[in-house]
Amino acid sequence: MNLTLHVWRQSGPNQPGKLEQYDAKNVSPDQSFLEMLDEVNEELIKEGKDPIVFDHDCREGICGMCSQVINGVPHGGQERTTVCQLHMRNFNDGDTIYIEPWRALAFPIVKDLIVDRSGLEKIMQAGGYTSCHTGGVADGNAILVPKVDADYAMDAAECIGCGACVAACPNGSAMLYTSAKVAQLAALPQGKAEAAQRVCAMTDAMQEAGFGNCSNHYECQAACPKGINVKFIARLNREYQKSLFK
Amino acid sequence: MRILTSSVGRKILMSITGQLLILFILIHLIGNSTIFFGPNGINAYAEHLHSLPPLVWAFRLFMGAAIAVHICYGVMLTLENKAANPGAYAVKKNLKASFASENMIWTGLLVLAFIVYHLLQFTVHGTPDVVVGLDSANRPDVFRMVVTSFGNGLIALAYVFAMIMLFLHLSHGIPSFLQTMGWNNEKTIPAFGTGGKVISAVLMLAYISIPAVILAGLLKL
Repeated sequence: MNLTLHVWRQSGPNQPGKLEQYDAKNVSPDQSFLEMLDEVNEELIKEGKDPIVFDHDCREGICGMCSQVINGVPHGGQERTTVCQLHMRNFNDGDTIYIEPWRALAFPIVKDLIVDRSGLEKIMQAGGYTSCHTGGVADGNAILVPKVDADYAMDAAECIGCGACVAACPNGSAMLYTSAKVAQLAALPQGKAEAAQRVCAMTDAMQEAGFGNCSNHYECQAACPKGINVKFIARLNREYQKSLFK
Repeated sequence: MRILTSSVGRKILMSITGQLLILFILIHLIGNSTIFFGPNGINAYAEHLHSLPPLVWAFRLFMGAAIAVHICYGVMLTLENKAANPGAYAVKKNLKASFASENMIWTGLLVLAFIVYHLLQFTVHGTPDVVVGLDSANRPDVFRMVVTSFGNGLIALAYVFAMIMLFLHLSHGIPSFLQTMGWNNEKTIPAFGTGGKVISAVLMLAYISIPAVILAGLLKL
């Protein structure tokens, strides 16, 4: 199939950018979206032009590197799918596709479709850990974790940190990302000890990094390639209230 | 006081003040519905309500403070959120966000404008349509005042419009306050979403019924 692409091109941070039009010819329906872009880039290189710069790594849907807003939806709108796992069979011959970077104040554009997501790392550094003694190897199952709690924590831990929640949020908020880590650790005995200081430190870091506030649009959950549920934001809100009395 | 400055803390304050305002909306509706019992209903209710001025003023100040906190943080959070999202997408498709959730600030400010008008009209008696007088039992004739004002189609229409704004505001506000308080889980999230819309619609229709019944000529002087 043949497609018309409108891709955001920006030579560097703080440079003016604009959408440029490209033709993607003879696209196979079995290709992934990134493979389609690879072929467009090969043509651009042959023509002596700058290829489209985009983030990618594992191409298996688990690393959280790919980050493109396709036709107005982060990762392209197929449920629980990252861009690298989005296949061209979801498009039709003759389609026009708009490809843009994540857009939020906290995600400055580095080049073309690549944004600087270190704001998410700052949130993680502020409290996304548990403090423990190092030394000899601890006995397995020395601390018992009920199955329901383990499952709940694993659901929250599914977050791959891609930032689609921020890109989708009308407020540019990273509350879903932050809440996934707060809820995961607060649900486990190892994380409970620092739960109160964690929720405060992580939400403060979120604010300082320039992310907005959550106003419960739930756009984040709909765009999340891992289906992280907004129930974790409710959990974060509960953890925050508990911290007020400590 | 970190609750006054933090992202989640300010939302909790908005949620609590919002809950107080919803409670007021409920009580006010029950009080207003005494109009369906005729002059003896609403005039007796109004006289009873104002028989203890210190209590009336304490209540007014409390509600005024709740509204002030709700609006101040609402405006502050909206401005911060607008700044955090440059909104520069050439194409943006919403998957879940609704007209109501995206326009909370505007529906909220329109409801505020309505409250100012409503107080100016029926509390301060400062609008030209208001008829002030006493009934046969020497009580302030609230029934005559309301029925005369709502007999004007434009005034009734303004009230209907304000109640639609209130519906939009509450249809997102009710599920939102539950989420912000953390009283939510995977099962309750969709239920509260639907429940919020239903309760908001019932409140809107109940409030609209008063000008509608008067305009239809079913409640007469």
